[in-house]
Amino acid sequence: MPKSRKQLPKSPTGIQGLDEITGGGLPKGRPTLICGGAGCGKTLLAMEFLVRGAAQFNEPGVFMAFEETAKDLTQNVASLGFDLKDLIARKKMVLDFVYIERSEIEETGEYDLEGLFIRLGHAIDSIHARRVVLDTIESLFAGLPNPLILRAELRRLFRWLKAKGVTAVVTGERGEGMLTRQGLEEYVSDCVIVLDHRVNEQVSSRRLRVVKYRGSTHGTNDYPFLIDEDGISVLPVTSLGLQHIASIDRISSGVARLDAMLGGAGYYRGSSVLVSGTAGTGKSSLAAHFADAACRRGEHALYFAFEESPTQIMRNMRSIGIDLSRWVQKGLLQFEATRPTLFGLEMHLTTMRKAVNDFKPQVVILDPLNSFITGGNETNVKMMLVRLVDFLKINQITGLFTSLTSGGGALEQTDVDISSLIDTWLLLRDIENSSERNRGLYILKSRGMAHSNQIREFLLTDHGMDLRDVYVGPSGVLAGSARLAQEAQEKAALMIRDQEVELRRIELERKRTTLEAQIAVMRAEFAVEEIASVKIIGQEKAEKAQLVQERVDMGLSRKADATAKKQKRGAK
Amino acid sequence: MKTTEPKSAPRTAESKHYVLRLYVAGQTPKSVDAITNIKKICEENLEGRCVLDVIDLYQQPQLAQGEQIIAVPTLIKKWPLPLRRIIGDMSNTERVLVGLDLRKKK
Repeated sequence: MPKSRKQLPKSPTGIQGLDEITGGGLPKGRPTLICGGAGCGKTLLAMEFLVRGAAQFNEPGVFMAFEETAKDLTQNVASLGFDLKDLIARKKMVLDFVYIERSEIEETGEYDLEGLFIRLGHAIDSIHARRVVLDTIESLFAGLPNPLILRAELRRLFRWLKAKGVTAVVTGERGEGMLTRQGLEEYVSDCVIVLDHRVNEQVSSRRLRVVKYRGSTHGTNDYPFLIDEDGISVLPVTSLGLQHIASIDRISSGVARLDAMLGGAGYYRGSSVLVSGTAGTGKSSLAAHFADAACRRGEHALYFAFEESPTQIMRNMRSIGIDLSRWVQKGLLQFEATRPTLFGLEMHLTTMRKAVNDFKPQVVILDPLNSFITGGNETNVKMMLVRLVDFLKINQITGLFTSLTSGGGALEQTDVDISSLIDTWLLLRDIENSSERNRGLYILKSRGMAHSNQIREFLLTDHGMDLRDVYVGPSGVLAGSARLAQEAQEKAALMIRDQEVELRRIELERKRTTLEAQIAVMRAEFAVEEIASVKIIGQEKAEKAQLVQERVDMGLSRKADATAKKQKRGAK
Repeated sequence: MKTTEPKSAPRTAESKHYVLRLYVAGQTPKSVDAITNIKKICEENLEGRCVLDVIDLYQQPQLAQGEQIIAVPTLIKKWPLPLRRIIGDMSNTERVLVGLDLRKKK
């Protein structure tokens, strides 16, 4: 390890998630106690540790069984894909069933467990084993008398195992007030893992907790785990951290006008989208739009349906003009329909993870989330969703979840209280006024984008979801027929205004015509006047000239001062 | 007659004889005690109808698994049936006899 701080050497279990919790595995060369009640998976965990060690880490192992015969064990774990026969044949594993029958045994004095030591030592040496499982060593107490000797011998056994340098796993049945019936935790103090299997509301869930890990940090939570066809997987949430890359890529919601509301480009790729609303507000329709848009882009979409069957969804969506069946045929869309009550949450999470890993979608839809809640398990559902959202984000998958908000409660609250996980939250709600119910949509939040803050009415038409323009009346947003009335009103008002404008224009025209006519008349009058005036001026001039002529003529006829007067006049 | 004839104990004698096998681990005080005690018990109670093998598991560790030995010393009564395991140093004669079905359990 290139770490500066010296780490406790660890033996990786190879079990999904467990190595993350324990920071690398079980303490190498030391015994680890795994305890829990009946049927909680102790034997399996121990077996998987051994099988994976032999198969993946080249650490052969010895399995010493006190409860199940070698044949039974081989059969039991074969269903999980572990081929013990092969491992045994390849000398990677020794399976030893220790048979103790109390009725056959008579104690006649001092004894010790050297036989067990020899037996184990021989098995270890025969394959150079690095790992040892003792399952369940407490059976010795039932099979052999004199617990005092047994206790002393167990103490010696664990010391001996440590000295051998093998990594040992010891299983123990859960006891009253103690981790194990015989107090094995007293002897095995390096690492203690407790398994638990509880049933809550008829749904069972398995839990794993690292109670103690000497010399190492470890996750201390109760981690859910499950057993499926691949063995055990632990689902740690804290170990995932918040390291996922945030994409700046945007993808369409499938509704153009909704994209416009979301900063003009839709959701971020890899973000988590929650669509919540009361019943019948169109949540599934919005989800179908999203799936449709993804398939149109040639991406893969995975649709987890928890309330409707795939055919029912496809039929219903066809009524709003979304044909999902063609995407299914093309292999771009896959439905996974299960009843939420079919199995526990962890199993759901794992099947979902598995489906995602197999199908590799870019878009995942969960419709709806609420169906997981079966009274009182909200925290568990939340934990599951945290893990799911984290898982999707790490894989850059955009997740769209629908959530049914029960009437009466606050709209801005989801039943599972996962708002903090959600990047974009669309709220669908009823708008009730003027004795009708209409659908409204608004964006409660959308991280990292300038989004619209309007409440928009939308219709579910035969060509999909149709966001309408906003009409705001005195009592808020208008919807439905109120909106239609408002639209009509506005149309009428517009018409009246248009008419008025026309009227004004005509009036103006009329005025201009009138004015021009007046001008023409005045011009004509002026022309007449002008002519008359010119005529008068002409007459005047003629008269004046006549007068002068007459005076000259008069003077000439009188012959007085004619020249002088003529000269004076000329000087004037 | 009696006692420590080695492994090749004749099977024909099974109907009459007790076939016993004592597994020990080395020459510990317990082992030595067990050997001494069982020999004595055989002599006193079975008068020659006894075939006893003593096996040191350190020498033949593979036998521990085959014979389902955990505790040592273990005396296995192979014959007559039912099979019995008698563990300990055989110091409690009464119990050994019960184990060998020579005495009823109190």
